[in-house]
Amino acid sequence: MSESKQEHLTGSEQPESAGRRAFLGTSAAVAGASLVPGVILYSAAQGRAPGEPASSAVRWGMLIDTAKCGDGCSDCVTACHDENGVAHKTGPQDPQWIRKVDIRNLQTGARHSLPMLCQHCEHPPCVDVCPTGASMKRADGIVLVDRHICIGCRYCMMACPYKARSLVHEPLTDQNPEVPRGMGCVESCTFCVQRVDRNETPACVEACNAQGHNAMLFGNLNDPESEIARTVKTYATTEVRADLNLNTGVRYQGI
Amino acid sequence: MNIAFREIEGRSAGFWLFFAALGLLALIGVSSALYMEHHGHIVTGMDNQIVWGMPHVFAVFLIVAASGALNVASIGTVFGKTPYKPLNRLSGLLAIALLAGGLMVLVLDLGRADRLIVAMTYYNFKSIFAWNVILYNGFFAIVIAYLWTMMDRAGGAWYQAVGLFAFVWRLVLTTGTGAIFGFLVAREAYDAALYAPMFIVFSFNYGLAVFLLVLMGFYKWTDRPLGDMVVLRLKNLLGVFIAASFYFVFVYHITNLYFTKHHGLEAFILTSGGIHTALFWVGQMLLGYALPLAILYSNLGNSRAWIALASALAIVGGLAQMYVTIIGGQAWPIELFPGYAVSSSFYDGVVHSYSPSGVEILLGIGGVAVALLLTTFAVKVLRFLPERLDDETVAALHGAK
Amino acid sequence: MARPDNWLSMGRWLRLAALFGAAAVLAVPSFEAAAGADLPKLERGKGERCVEDTATMRRHHMDFLKHQRDDTLRRGIRTTKHSLKGCVECHASEKTGSVASTKDDFCMACHTYAAVKVDCWACHATKPPAKPAQAALPAGPAASPMMSAPSAGAAK
Repeated sequence: MSESKQEHLTGSEQPESAGRRAFLGTSAAVAGASLVPGVILYSAAQGRAPGEPASSAVRWGMLIDTAKCGDGCSDCVTACHDENGVAHKTGPQDPQWIRKVDIRNLQTGARHSLPMLCQHCEHPPCVDVCPTGASMKRADGIVLVDRHICIGCRYCMMACPYKARSLVHEPLTDQNPEVPRGMGCVESCTFCVQRVDRNETPACVEACNAQGHNAMLFGNLNDPESEIARTVKTYATTEVRADLNLNTGVRYQGI
Repeated sequence: MNIAFREIEGRSAGFWLFFAALGLLALIGVSSALYMEHHGHIVTGMDNQIVWGMPHVFAVFLIVAASGALNVASIGTVFGKTPYKPLNRLSGLLAIALLAGGLMVLVLDLGRADRLIVAMTYYNFKSIFAWNVILYNGFFAIVIAYLWTMMDRAGGAWYQAVGLFAFVWRLVLTTGTGAIFGFLVAREAYDAALYAPMFIVFSFNYGLAVFLLVLMGFYKWTDRPLGDMVVLRLKNLLGVFIAASFYFVFVYHITNLYFTKHHGLEAFILTSGGIHTALFWVGQMLLGYALPLAILYSNLGNSRAWIALASALAIVGGLAQMYVTIIGGQAWPIELFPGYAVSSSFYDGVVHSYSPSGVEILLGIGGVAVALLLTTFAVKVLRFLPERLDDETVAALHGAK
Repeated sequence: MARPDNWLSMGRWLRLAALFGAAAVLAVPSFEAAAGADLPKLERGKGERCVEDTATMRRHHMDFLKHQRDDTLRRGIRTTKHSLKGCVECHASEKTGSVASTKDDFCMACHTYAAVKVDCWACHATKPPAKPAQAALPAGPAASPMMSAPSAGAAK
C-alpha cells in the first residue's frame, strides 16, 4: 500500500516501537480498503527498520489467480531472472527460480497457465532434510538457502515436491550485488527478499501488475486487514499438493 | 584351538601390479572429482532433474555393502557361530574399506566438496543426512574398536559387548541409508518406510557377495587353504539373502501396483522405462537374483568358480538395483498436479533422461578402487587373514569354542 | 650418535619457528615495521575513514563479516555498517572497479600476501552495484561513501 513506502522512508531513521507498529496496522487497514488491486504498487508491510530482524508477526504469502494469469505471458519469469541475475536459459542444467507451468485436466480438458515458484512452506521439506541447516525459513516465512553453509548435496532438491530448487552448475560472475549466488550451491526463489526487506513487492508481482494482469498478489497473511489475507478468507484458494499438508505461503485461485 | 592370523606376503609382481592398478584407478577417480570441482557439475550428466547421478549409485552401493560386510563378524560374535569367527577380522576390515570408498565418492560429488568441514560441524538434527554423517563416523570408530577387541589381547574382554554394539549400529546405519529415500515425501518412487528394512536386506546381500569374492580371491592368490566348510556356508547364506532381497522388491512393487496413483510409475519402471526397465529385469532380476540363485542352489554351487560368478552377479545386480532406485526414481517426474497433464520450460511432466559422463563413472570406480586398495594394503601390513581355513582347522573350532 | 641430537634440535628449531611465526601474525600492528618493502600496497578507500579503526579492521574484519552475514541472511537485519556490500562500495579499485578481480585489488592484495583463501567471491559481486536504483539503498551513516569521495570516478 502506498503509505508503507512513505513510512519506510522515514522509518529507517526511527527506532521501531510498539506504538508505531500499531499505527501501521490501522493505517494499512484504511489504505488497503481504499485501493483496488490494479494500483497497488507496494504491498502492506510493517515498515521494518534495517536494524530490526524479520518477525514472525509477519507471514509473507502470495496468491496467484490462474484466471488472470496470461496464457503465454512469462513476464514474471523474465522479471525474476533479471532481478536476481539468473541467466535466461532453460537447458536441463540451468537454474529456474520461477517457471510458467501449463496444465490440462485429463478428464475435463480444462487448461490453466500459472507460475510455479518456491511455495515458501510453513513446514518445508527442504529445511527438514538439509544436513547443515543451510536450507532455512526466516521468521517471516521466507524460505532461503544460506549459501555460506550449503555443501551442494542436493538433498533438498530431492525433497522439494514443487521442483522449486536448482543447483548452480557452472561458475558465475557479475552477480547482482544484492543477490549473491555461485557455483555448487542450491538456490531457489527468495520472494525477492532484498526487495521485501525494503518494503517492495517481489519482481514477479511488479511485472505482472505492470502488464495489467494483476494475477499475483503479495502480502502479509498474518495481517487480517491485508488484501491477501482478506482474499484468501473470502474466496476458495488452494495449495499445490495440499495433501502434503505443508501450509504453503503461495496459494492458487482458479484451479 | 587357536587360529593363526598372518599378513599376506605381497611381494610378487602380480601383487604389485594389482596394487598399482587399484592406485591408478583411485587416482583417476580423484582427478575426475577435481575436474568436476573446477568446472562445476556442468561437466556431468546430472542436471536439475536428475540431481543424484552415477556417483550416488556407486556411493550408496558401497555404503550399503559396507554395513553388510560386517555381518559375517556379527554372525560369529552376536550369534555365536564359531565357524565364522576366523572371518571376523576381514569382515570388519571390508566394512571400513567399503564405507571409506563410498563416502569418498559421496563427498567428492558434493557441489561444494571443499566445505566438508561444514558438513562435519553444522548439524540439522531433523535431517536424516545429518544423522547419517554421525552414523558413518560412528561406524568407523566402532568397527575400529571391534577390530581392536579381535586383534589385541587387551581388547578381548570387550569383544562380545563391542560386537553387539557394532551389530546394532550397523542396523541403525543401514536404516538411515534406506531412510534417505524412505523419508522423501516428494517423489513417488520413494516415500516408503519399506526402504529401511529393504536396504538392510540389500546390505546383507551385497556385503556378503563382496566378502565372498574378496575372501576367495585372497586365498586363491596367496595359496592358503580355504575349505568348503566356510565357503559353502557363506554361499548358502548368500542365496538366502538374494532370495530375501527379491522378496522385498516384490513387496515394494506389488504394493505400488495395488495403488492406482502409482500405476504410472510402475508402468514406467516395469514396462516402458527404457534403460530403467532393462536394468530392472535384466540387471536386477535376472543377473542379480535369478541366475545367482540358480547357481548357488544347483550342483554348480559346489564349484568355487561358479560361486565367484554368482557373487559377482549379485554385485552387478546390486549396482543395477541402485541405478533403478536412484536414477529411475528421479527420472519419473514429480506429480505437481494429480489428474492434470503438466508441461513447462523446467521439464515438468516429462520423463527425465540421464546420460552419465565419464567423470562420474570414473569417480564411482575410483571409490571401488579405494575400498579394495585399503583392504589389500591392510591385509599386507596387519594380521587380518587366517593362515589356514581348511575344514579341519575350522571344524576344530567347534570343539574348542 | 649425532643424528638423534640433530633431530631433536631440528624439532626444537621448528617449534621455535612456529611460535615465532604465530607471534608475528598476531602482532599485526607492528608488522609494518617488522616486514619489509614487499608489504601489499592497498588502495585507499573512499571517504574519511573505515567503519572501525584500521587495527580493529585488520584483525577482526572477518568476524564482523561473519556476524553480519548471519544477521542479514537468517534474521533479515539489513544494517550496512559491517556489510560486505559496504566494503565493496568503498574499497573497489579505481582501476578495475572491483575489490578482487586482480591481485592488487583491495581484498586480494592482503589475502594473496597472507596466503589466506577467501570464499566470498564465488557468490558475492566484487563490484559495487551499477544500477542507480540499487545504489540508492538505505546506507548506514558510517559506511556511506557520500562524504568526500576523492575521485570523479565514484559513480554512485
